[in-house]
Amino acid sequence: MPSITGVSAVDELRGPDGHGPLDKGRASTGRLGDRIFSGTARGAGVLVIAIVTLIAVFLLSQAIPALAKDKVNFLTSTQWNVDATPLQFGIANLLWVTVLSSAIAMVIAVPLGVGVALFITQYAPRWLSGPAASLVDLLAAVPSIVYGLWGLQVLGTHMEGIQTFLIRLFGWIPVFKDAGIGAASTILTVGLVLSIMVLPIVTALSREVFAQTPTTNMEAALALGATRWEMIRTAVLPFGKPGVISASMLGLGRALGETVAVAVILSALAGSAPWSWSMFNGGETFASKIANNAAEFDSPQKAGAFMAAGLVLFGLTFLVNGIARVVIERRKAFVE
Amino acid sequence: MTAVSVSSDSRLNAEHPGGPALGFGHRSRGRALRNQLARVVMWTAFAIAMMPLVWILWSVVSKGGQMLLDSHWWTNSQRGITNRVVGGGAVHAIQGTLIEALATALMAVPIGVMTAIYLVEYGRGRLARIVSFTVDILTGIPSIVAALFIYAVWVTTFGFQRVGFAVCLALVLLMIPVIVRSTEEMLKLVPNELREAAYALGVPKWKTIAKVVVPTAFSGIITGVLLGLARVMGETAPLLILGPYTKSIATDLFGGLMPTLPTMINQDRTEVLQPAVDRVWGAAMTLILLILLLNIAGRLIAHFGRPKT
Repeated sequence: MPSITGVSAVDELRGPDGHGPLDKGRASTGRLGDRIFSGTARGAGVLVIAIVTLIAVFLLSQAIPALAKDKVNFLTSTQWNVDATPLQFGIANLLWVTVLSSAIAMVIAVPLGVGVALFITQYAPRWLSGPAASLVDLLAAVPSIVYGLWGLQVLGTHMEGIQTFLIRLFGWIPVFKDAGIGAASTILTVGLVLSIMVLPIVTALSREVFAQTPTTNMEAALALGATRWEMIRTAVLPFGKPGVISASMLGLGRALGETVAVAVILSALAGSAPWSWSMFNGGETFASKIANNAAEFDSPQKAGAFMAAGLVLFGLTFLVNGIARVVIERRKAFVE
Repeated sequence: MTAVSVSSDSRLNAEHPGGPALGFGHRSRGRALRNQLARVVMWTAFAIAMMPLVWILWSVVSKGGQMLLDSHWWTNSQRGITNRVVGGGAVHAIQGTLIEALATALMAVPIGVMTAIYLVEYGRGRLARIVSFTVDILTGIPSIVAALFIYAVWVTTFGFQRVGFAVCLALVLLMIPVIVRSTEEMLKLVPNELREAAYALGVPKWKTIAKVVVPTAFSGIITGVLLGLARVMGETAPLLILGPYTKSIATDLFGGLMPTLPTMINQDRTEVLQPAVDRVWGAAMTLILLILLLNIAGRLIAHFGRPKT
């Protein structure tokens, strides 16, 4: 599992002049080979910066002309008529479906992932904890289109009962209102499948931080007479909390951006469908909207509308990943 | 109140019987109960997590396993096969997937490894922090956004056709961060003494990196590459936008159509006729097998080729 902290400079002891022993330039001989090699390495790094900048620039440059021609409010409108003149498109629907499906996924995956991580690090017998971790990681190896296929054709056929039950129990709440869509292709089914896809991410990172709990903290709790659960609650969980938060954020980033599984499962609604809060409805997320309409990119104007949606998705995942990074950086400062 | 002993290993054993319990008061029945409850909850969590894994693998194997036993699956393409006809193979899609993965790796590995070398061996200060930060952003980019970006560059700006190579470009964006992060970890594991020994012998820095540091971390780098490949081979979103499917064998990355396993699944996923449905699940199983093989190979190399220190 690669580090998510993003800090790579090896921490070295600083000399009296404030430089580490192997700081740049000090070990280099200034020969041609050294200059070429370090130049190439730096070039690769700069290339990565250039790529990320270009992504933002290109999406912006294609989205802005379309946004300028947009005759309805981009953020609050539920219409998506990219064929119409004047152009009318808004993301309210996409945003709600994206947020709702990801929220369902997180509500299931975070507690479950933390439980599994605690199981692997604290409860599983030693012979089981290694294989158990690998098995959960295996969930990440299943391609998203297979998740989509399975979600629609296998899991979906079992959703009818759950949906009827939830509607009967909570039907008076708008989110649980019956929307008359086949149970296999609702936002709820998508949320369930997303939770399975996010689970290995949440588990892997939580496992990593739980395993780092200082033994002294755990021993101190046990020496005071804590049961194993009390030890976990007073030593492991407080220590791992920032890690769990950033793990959830990274998982959320994945859930927000998941494309194909959502596109396969969720039934797209006609443009004239009335607004609904329900999780038993169909709809489209940002990602599935773009994927479903790949054939419509023929004119720059239409493509621009989808680029604008892609840009919002980029912004959302950027924000979520940024929060994850800030949380883990602060934890580092706290631990060290 | 009975103590339940579970761990005979070096792990801390919380269930000690009786004894003076200072900070947490005496061990009441409620606390013992909650402790047991927590244990049950954790085991259940693991059992629940295993359910979808077993269920998915079982669905795929039971619906698609039969297809893979037929030797035609591995030698024929889908050329001329309609959804009513049984038969045909996936060799065109397997080939396409492998070719695209290889082309992606050829582009992503040098960039990724060099970036990691920069971050670990050279990078200090602001530029290194920015590079590290952008790698993080790249990690979080959804595959559909990467595909949109390549579409904006390749098709809208340059006016090229949608071809296999464009898919590779999008996949490169997704593979670079995986390789950078795993290579970084591996380079950091190389002990500094090795570098210092080389410097002491007067070996220039670039030769130290190329002849000492990278070879020491080589197996770890390969593992990262294989895991990165496993990730991009299952990606479907860029293929939907940039890589049209065909039923025949096509090996030209610039030739327009390029069949791959994910697009083969996508092509027929709405079919209801049994032969086509079987082929969809067969392709799904083939794809999972390929990815699994890469994962296992990566882990084996990681296991047997640890840096010799």
